[in-house]
Amino acid sequence: MSDLLALAQSIVARATGSEQIEVFVASSTEVDVEAYQGAIESLTTASSDGIGIRVLRDGAGGAQVGSAWAGSLDEEAISAALREARDNVQFASEDEYLAFARPDGVLPVSLELVSDDIELVSLDEKIAMAIALEQAVRHGDPRIRQVDSASYSDYRAASAIASTTGIAARYARTGAYLSVSPIASDGKDDQSGWGLSAGRGPRDLSIEQAAEDAIRRATRMLGATKPKSRKTVAVFDPRTAASLMSIIGGSLSGEAVVRGRSFFAGRMGEVVGSSDITLVDDPTDARHFAASIFDGEGLACRRNTLIEDGVLKAFVYDTVSARRAGTTSTGSALRGGIGGSPSAGCRALQMTPGHLNQAEIFEAIGDGVFVESLSGVHSGVNPISGDFSVGITGLVIRDGQLAEPIREATVASTLQRMLQDVIYVGSDQEWLPGSAAGQTIAIDGISVSGS
Amino acid sequence: MTTETLLEQSIIEGVLATAMARGGEFAEIFVEDRSTSSATLDQRRVEELTSGRERGAGIRVVVGDTTGFAHTADLSPASLQRAAEAAASVARSGGGGTVTVALESHRGHTTIAQELPSSVDKKRKIEMLLHADEVARSAGDAISQVQVALGDSSRRFIVANSEGTFAGDHQVRTRFNVSCIAAGDTGMQTGYRPVAGTRGFEMLSPERIAEAASGAARQAIAKLQSRPAPSGDLPVVLAGGSGGILFHEACGHGLEADAILKQASIYAGKVGEQVASELVTLVDDGTVMGEWGYLAIDDEGRPASRNVLIENGILTDYMWDFLRARKEGRVSSGNGRRQTYAHLPLVRMTNTYLLEGTSTPEEIIASTPYGVYVAQLGGGQVNTTTGDFVFGMTEAYLIENGEITTPLRECNLIGNGPDVLKRVDAVANDFSMTPGTCGKDGQQVPVGTGQATMRLTGVTIGGTAA
Repeated sequence: MSDLLALAQSIVARATGSEQIEVFVASSTEVDVEAYQGAIESLTTASSDGIGIRVLRDGAGGAQVGSAWAGSLDEEAISAALREARDNVQFASEDEYLAFARPDGVLPVSLELVSDDIELVSLDEKIAMAIALEQAVRHGDPRIRQVDSASYSDYRAASAIASTTGIAARYARTGAYLSVSPIASDGKDDQSGWGLSAGRGPRDLSIEQAAEDAIRRATRMLGATKPKSRKTVAVFDPRTAASLMSIIGGSLSGEAVVRGRSFFAGRMGEVVGSSDITLVDDPTDARHFAASIFDGEGLACRRNTLIEDGVLKAFVYDTVSARRAGTTSTGSALRGGIGGSPSAGCRALQMTPGHLNQAEIFEAIGDGVFVESLSGVHSGVNPISGDFSVGITGLVIRDGQLAEPIREATVASTLQRMLQDVIYVGSDQEWLPGSAAGQTIAIDGISVSGS
Repeated sequence: MTTETLLEQSIIEGVLATAMARGGEFAEIFVEDRSTSSATLDQRRVEELTSGRERGAGIRVVVGDTTGFAHTADLSPASLQRAAEAAASVARSGGGGTVTVALESHRGHTTIAQELPSSVDKKRKIEMLLHADEVARSAGDAISQVQVALGDSSRRFIVANSEGTFAGDHQVRTRFNVSCIAAGDTGMQTGYRPVAGTRGFEMLSPERIAEAASGAARQAIAKLQSRPAPSGDLPVVLAGGSGGILFHEACGHGLEADAILKQASIYAGKVGEQVASELVTLVDDGTVMGEWGYLAIDDEGRPASRNVLIENGILTDYMWDFLRARKEGRVSSGNGRRQTYAHLPLVRMTNTYLLEGTSTPEEIIASTPYGVYVAQLGGGQVNTTTGDFVFGMTEAYLIENGEITTPLRECNLIGNGPDVLKRVDAVANDFSMTPGTCGKDGQQVPVGTGQATMRLTGVTIGGTAA
C-alpha cells in the first residue's frame, strides 16, 4: 500500500481558485475461506482501492457541494472523478450551513487497531481454522445434522482523508472473524444457530467459543413452539440488546434531530429513559471493536455521553449537522464507504454495566421471555415514529429459569416506552462487532404476539 | 459501445488458460464496468449529486467442490494473470500441461433502455426532484418533510468461461423514490413510494413521478389516524403488488438450489409434493421486460428464463446457478447473480410472482368479516431452515364487516412459509409488481416481486393492541 495520505494531499493540491476539495482514499486486502464437509468450499483473496472526492464552492447564499467516486486509484479514474465532482457542484442548492471539517484542536488518542498476525499467520493456517471450526461444530453434538456455512475471514484496511481546510488524517485497522451456522435436528424439527468469534487478528479468535455458541443456540431451539400472546418482561441477550442500542443510537444522531426525524428531538435535558440507563458513544475505548482514532471527516474521535441516568445529555454531530444545530462537531462523522458523504452517527456505543448478571436478572424477574435472535429489524422499527415490532426466537423464562424454546413470535412496543421500561441492565458487558457493545437488558411492558 | 470492447478476446483466453493450468475443472472471468449517479432532494434543498465509476474483473476456478476466487480493479494483462493464479491456487494437484481455451463467438446483448442516464441533462434530473416535492406537499398541510432520491446505473459486463461461453450484457436501471413525513397530534408518520425499472429515463414520465409523490404523501397522512395494530392470528388481505415479497421470503429463498443441496431448506426433497394451496402458482422470471429484476443473461452468461417453481400448489422445481446445476448434472436456470465483479455468483431470484386468480379484490375484502388489509408491505426476512419469516406492514388497515376501516400503526407480520402457503384461500385478478432489493450473504441485487390481491386465512400480527 503506497502512502494514501500523500496521494489524497496531491489531489487536494489540484484545487483551483476558491474551490474547496476533500479527498477520502481507501485501500484494503481481504481473505475469506468457506469450509464445508472438511474441505475448502471457496477461497477468496482480493484487494480493493477506492477514492471519494467532494468539491465545495461558496456562493452568495451559502456553499454548494458535488461529489464523485471511483473504484480504483489510477490517474484516469482519479481525474475523471475530480471532473465529475466539479461538474456536480453547480446543481446543488446553496446552503449556509454546508462546510468541510476544520481541525478543532482535539488531539487523536493513540489506539492499536492493527494486528500484524493478519500477515504472520499463513493462508494455510487460516484455511485450517475454517475447516477446524466446521468440523468442531459438525461433530460437536449428535443433534447437529448439517453445517450450512463455516468461515474464516480477515481484512486489513487503510484510509486517509485530506482537505483544503487543513484536514490530514490517516489510519489503518485489521479484523478477523470466525463465523458458523449449523442446523440441529431432533428428527421432527430443524433449527438453525449462529456462532461468532471476532478479533483484530487470527490469534484473537476462539474456535471453541464460536462452535459452542452455535451448537448451543441451534440445539436449544429444538421443539420450539409459538408462545401465547401476552404482555410481559422481555430479556434481551447481549447480541440482541446490542441491536437495540444501535437503533436507539440512530435516533441520537444530531443529523436525525436537526432534520426532525428523531423521537428525541426537543427533549434535551429531559428524562427519556429509566435511571438505569447511561449510554455513551466512545470510539476511544480500545476494547470496542468499532474503536477509531479519527471520524469520517478526519477529526479526532472522542467520548460523548448521550444519556446519563436516564436523562438525555447530548447528540452526536458531524460538521454540517452541528452548524445547523448551532454547535460544533462531536467528532462523530460516519462514512458509508468511498461513495458516501459523511453523516453524523454513533460509532462505538456502550452502556454502563448494572449490578446483576444474566442468571440474577432471570431470578429477579421470575417470568418473561428471553430473546436470542431478532428478525425484520429493518422493516419493523420506525426510528421516526418509534414504532417497534420485530420477530424473535428465544426461550420462556419461568420461575427465574430458562424453560421451553419459542419461535414465530414478535415483540412489540415503542422505542420511547422501551427506554422508560428498562428494569435491569446486566453486568455482563460483551464486546461485539458492530456499533454497540452488548449486555443483558430486561424491558417490561413488551407485547409478545404468538398464538 | 458493445460489451465486447471491455476486454480483448485474446487476453480473456490467456487468463482462462492460466486459471486452468493448475488442474482446474472450470474457470470463469467476469469483467464489469459500472457507472452510477444519484441526486437527492431533502426539504427542498438539492443536497448533492454523486457520480461513481467502478471497473474490474473477478476470476474463479472450480476444482471438485472447491472454488477459488480473486478479483482486481486493475484490468491490465499482468494484474489479470496474477488474479488468475491466485484463484487457481485452490487446484493443488498441479496439472501442469498447457491448456487452450477456445471461446464461442460473443453473444452480446444491448440494453432495452431508450433514454440512457448518461444522455440526461443533470438540470432535468433536478427538475424531476422538485416536481415530486411540489406534488407531495400539495397533498396536505400535514406533510412536514419530503425527501426525493433519483438513482441510475449503467452496468456493462462480459463473462467468459473455459467451456466456451462468451457473452455480455448492458443493464441500465433507474430508480426514483419519494419519502414523506406527516406530522400531527399523534406524532410523525412516514410514507414511501418507489418507481424502479430496468429501463432508462423514458420510464420517469411526469405522471409517474406525480403518482409516486402523491401516493407517498397520502400514505403518511393516512397513517396519522392510525391506532395500534392488533396482536395475534388474523386473516390478512394483501393488496396487489408489494405483497409479492411474502412469496419471495416465505418460499423463494427456500427454493434456491444452494440451500436445497445443503439440505438447509424445508423444501429439500419435496419436488412433486403439494406444498401450497391449489391457488398458488409461483414463477421466477428474469424475462419480464423492464421489471427491476429483468435481465437478458444472468451473471454467468445463461439466458434469463421463466421458471415455474410451484404449479397449482405442487412444487415443480428449484432455482439453479452454474455451480449447483453442475453438481446435479443439469443446466442452470439463469439464476446465477452477483452484486459486482468483486462477488462470487450465488443462486438468486429475479422477478418472483404469483399468477393471478379469478376473484376481484372487492369480493375478497367483502367476504372478510374481520382481519387486516395490507396496502403496502415493507422489507422482510426468512430463516430458510425453519421457514419462519417476518415482514413489515408499512401501510395497513383493519377490515371490519367486509370493509376497510381504521389505519394501523406499523408492525411486523410473522409466519411460517410452508404453513402460510397452505393458507392462501383467495387470489384476485389485479396483478402488479413492486421493485425491491434482496440481500443474501452480504450481496444486494435488484429483484421484482408481484402478485394480485389475495387473502391468507391467518397470519400472526405483531401489534400491541389486545
